[in-house]
Amino acid sequence: MKEKLKHIRTSALEQLDAADSTEKLEQLRVKFLGKKGELTAVLRGMGALSPDERPAIGQIANEIRESVEKMIAEKKEKLSAEFLQHRLESEKIDVTMPAKRFNIGHRHPLAQVEDEMCGIFRSMGFDIEEGPEVETDYYNFQALNTPENHPARDSQDTFYITDNILLRSQTSSVQVHAMERAGKPPIRVVSPGRVYRSDAVDATHSPMFHQLEGLVVDKDITMGDLKGTLETFARRMFGNDTKIRFRPHHFPFTEPSAEIDISCFMCGGKGCKVCKGEGWIEILGAGMVHPNVLSCSGIDPDAYSGFAFGMGIERIAMKKYSIDDMRLLYENDLRFLRQF
Amino acid sequence: MNLPISWLNEFVDVKDIDIKNYCDRMTDTGSKVEGWSVQAGDIENVCVGKIISVEQHPDADRLVICSVDVGEEKSRQIVTAATNVYAGAYVPVAKAPAKVAGGVSIKSGKLRGAVSDGMFCSVAELGLTLHDMPYAVEDGILILNDDPTLGDYKPGDDIKEILKLSDNIVEFEITPNRPDCLSVIGMARETAASFERTAKYHTPVLRAEDKNDNVRKYLSVTVKNSTLCPRYTAKVIKNVKIAPSPLWMRMRLHAAGVRPINNIVDITNYVMLEYGQPMHAFDYACLDGNAIVVREADEGEKFRSLDDIDHTLSAGMLVIADEKKPVALAGVMGGANSEIKDTTSIVVFESANFMGSSVRITSRALGMRTESSGRFEKGLDSEMTRIAIERACELAELLGAGDVVDGIIDVRAGEKPEAAVKFEPDRINRFLGTNIPEDRMVSILESLLFRVNDGTVYVPSWRDDVRCMNDIAEEIIRIWGYNEINSTNFRSGVKTGEYTPRKAYSLRLNNLLCSLGCWETCSFSFISPKYYDKIRMPNNDPRRKSVVIRNPLGEDTSVMRTVLLPSVLESLAHNNNSHAEDTALYETASVYLPAEDKTLQPSEPLQTAIAFYGGDFYTMKGIIETVLDDAGVLNYRTASKSNDPTYHPGRCAEIILSDKSPVAVFGELHPLTARNYGFDMPVYAAVIDTEKLASIACFDRTYKQIPRYPAVSRDFAFLCNADTEAGSIEEVIRRAGGKLVEKIDLFDVFRGEKLGAGKKSLAFNVSLRSSDHTLTDDEADKAAEKILHAVENELGFKLREM
Repeated sequence: MKEKLKHIRTSALEQLDAADSTEKLEQLRVKFLGKKGELTAVLRGMGALSPDERPAIGQIANEIRESVEKMIAEKKEKLSAEFLQHRLESEKIDVTMPAKRFNIGHRHPLAQVEDEMCGIFRSMGFDIEEGPEVETDYYNFQALNTPENHPARDSQDTFYITDNILLRSQTSSVQVHAMERAGKPPIRVVSPGRVYRSDAVDATHSPMFHQLEGLVVDKDITMGDLKGTLETFARRMFGNDTKIRFRPHHFPFTEPSAEIDISCFMCGGKGCKVCKGEGWIEILGAGMVHPNVLSCSGIDPDAYSGFAFGMGIERIAMKKYSIDDMRLLYENDLRFLRQF
Repeated sequence: MNLPISWLNEFVDVKDIDIKNYCDRMTDTGSKVEGWSVQAGDIENVCVGKIISVEQHPDADRLVICSVDVGEEKSRQIVTAATNVYAGAYVPVAKAPAKVAGGVSIKSGKLRGAVSDGMFCSVAELGLTLHDMPYAVEDGILILNDDPTLGDYKPGDDIKEILKLSDNIVEFEITPNRPDCLSVIGMARETAASFERTAKYHTPVLRAEDKNDNVRKYLSVTVKNSTLCPRYTAKVIKNVKIAPSPLWMRMRLHAAGVRPINNIVDITNYVMLEYGQPMHAFDYACLDGNAIVVREADEGEKFRSLDDIDHTLSAGMLVIADEKKPVALAGVMGGANSEIKDTTSIVVFESANFMGSSVRITSRALGMRTESSGRFEKGLDSEMTRIAIERACELAELLGAGDVVDGIIDVRAGEKPEAAVKFEPDRINRFLGTNIPEDRMVSILESLLFRVNDGTVYVPSWRDDVRCMNDIAEEIIRIWGYNEINSTNFRSGVKTGEYTPRKAYSLRLNNLLCSLGCWETCSFSFISPKYYDKIRMPNNDPRRKSVVIRNPLGEDTSVMRTVLLPSVLESLAHNNNSHAEDTALYETASVYLPAEDKTLQPSEPLQTAIAFYGGDFYTMKGIIETVLDDAGVLNYRTASKSNDPTYHPGRCAEIILSDKSPVAVFGELHPLTARNYGFDMPVYAAVIDTEKLASIACFDRTYKQIPRYPAVSRDFAFLCNADTEAGSIEEVIRRAGGKLVEKIDLFDVFRGEKLGAGKKSLAFNVSLRSSDHTLTDDEADKAAEKILHAVENELGFKLREM
């Protein structure tokens, strides 16, 4: 019997070693360990043995069962690893073939710039204010210290609907609305939107464009605060190294007034195509709110002061993206829109 | 404003200041420099030459060979076709290699075999005109010795020196609040303050007034409206000899961009440029009577201006008139009837002050924008009329243009009161955020010719723009330096900035539409009324009533749009024409809906229009439903819409809210609409009432328990009519099944002969679920039964027999 067992062991291990598929392994398991298997048959014959022999033979038989089982398990693992390896190799693909892109659209470049600007000002505590585009003469001019027949009206050729209703020529019109709505200071708002001037379309002019207006009114607001605010904005918008420069200017609704340049974000001030060799780019107009404008909105100019600023969104977008023709912004050609 | 630096130097010496530094500092102190140029900078190596001999070219009838002394050891040979040259003439010679006006290079060469070592120049080749050089001939060489007003010159002298063509000219952008800076003296004041220098101002001196004659023998002046004409000053010049003015005056005018005419007219322009005071000169002989009246025109009064254009005046326009007729339109232009002519022998100089807004209204109404009106309308200083007219008379004497008659007519309502502003140095520093010492403030103000005395700042008469603390602060800080202000943060408390709800929703909608594959566009708010035709809007549609622009750039941009769709379709068509593949575009913007009352502003609700090609109706429906889902709008109905001519009548739907108001319309474009835009494929469009959606959008969400009990699913295939809307059956299923109905999926639409003509089968999978227990078969069956009954009773459809 011992011999028989040894033989089973040898032949099982040999055959298992030669097995090359999981199916074959299963067959061998049945052949040796199954209900009708060879080892099972031997164990069934144990009844004929003497009680002295039984434990020893039993032990040998169990050892054989265990080693065969272990061998099957090892072999199985090896085979499935080989199989996986084989499968992975056969599944290799060409990763350089074209992607299946998700078709998503983009915001218009002007909207992207506007959102970025609003985001910066919101983070500085400015509410986003709105006002009508079809505006009255009062809000667009008179309340901004620009009475009828004021020569400053010349610089903004205005579209009129009636004698008294016009298309706003500047987002500054929202200043007065904002002060009226707030009732009393503190006021801290920006207002982006469309404005209109009677300029024929060319590479640098458009009868409709976008501005962003800002207004702060409170006790003890200084021109230094205006500078600090615009400096913070410019650094966030154009990079941490951006410097700003104030030049005296004139707007009827601010006094003192300034035009503001930023150091060129392309060349850092050395002079390049974007800044036309100047090193500086003019981006906005600003100033301290004129006392007449405050009075007009019911705010006491002796108790409060404030500053206002306005900038062209097209101008900033065109500089930021190096767009050389304003008309592209309203043509909506996908070959253009896809670039932003 | 073009400022010749040599002219400025007469009042304040800046010869030692580099031109670039000059420009930078002037910009920093508030006189913005647009640019500067070297006069005649393109002309090189052109000098005075004296023609020694002129000989016929042996091989060319039309050429002569000249020998010319150009101040070199040897004379030069120059060949020319000009016919006005002669031996002894002094001419400008471009000594090859040289450059003439426009940067044209002159090189040595041979003309028909004869060497020519340069070129003689005409006025044009020096960048000048016959107005600048009235003694020259039009198509010939400039003969220098024909002009008696040139100084001394000799062969070899630089022509730019001789013709006073070597100046630096600075171009300033002067803001409308500073008309005083539209003059050499005004810029001298600014220059002096900017560079802390002292300017010398000239007091005109009249030498040889004929004391036996007096202006009152010639003229009386009456001002009828002293508000419109606060001051009128006049003087008379007799024995006038009209001639070209001398070279130095002509070249100053040329440098400043003014065309020389004759001595009298040039003097008025010269004084205007120097003092900023527009002047006028009349021919005395053309006056009817000797009484000048400054009065308002009669309605319909006729006036022919200097440029020979006839105008019909309106009441209220101010004119300068004699006894019978207007001779000048006050502050705008003189009349043709009293123009200075070559025969003029007595001249009246006028130096007056007119109210800015009146001049502005008149010049606008008549479409006459002149140098004079542009200055008056900004508001000029009434104190300067007298010094200006005296300067004009002084120049008339200097030029020998005539004899100044003694006496002056000076009609004015009274002296202009001196404006005063409280001097508040501490407040100014607080306001600016600076620490400028008080004495520095005073010295800055004084450098600008303000007086500071006893806590009061007295404003010079030419500074009507300075009336309050802010104005004084600006004067101080612009000279002190805007860039000396330290940046600070205002002290208002911490807060976050918020969007308006409408803006916040529109931002969210924009981002959603982009994520759905639509590209944002931006188009003009004004459109052509033809846009309404293109989308086939009915003639009686109220949306055809637009806000109309009274002065549009053109018909294309003449009305404010009431609908957004046509603009988006134009953009889509543009991309289709450039062969863009499947394309989806949208725009969210205001539309402008006129108020009933024309004197009120329109409402400006937000709208969104979407358009694409390369999908189908259900793609658009998917976009719309996604938008509604995102906005938290759950209660709405989709109804077919066949009465909007923009869309295909069988492929258009609208979304109706529970309050029965529509919030969106979408569908396939009517083939005729599509054709209007050149589309030959189906195009899908949608218009969303974004204003409405923003007002009902709800972003509050409450957690509902994830289902714990299994769902039971039942399929129903109904045999119905070919035109039955799936939605109508869904609605009945949902109602009949009640709250057990979790989901309804239409999974099959079948048409076939088996079903019979005009029939189709719609198969739905209905998922039933209870939130609090597992549905029993019995319950599910009962629900299914109810659904079947309801569909049969309400719609008449039975289950399709398999």
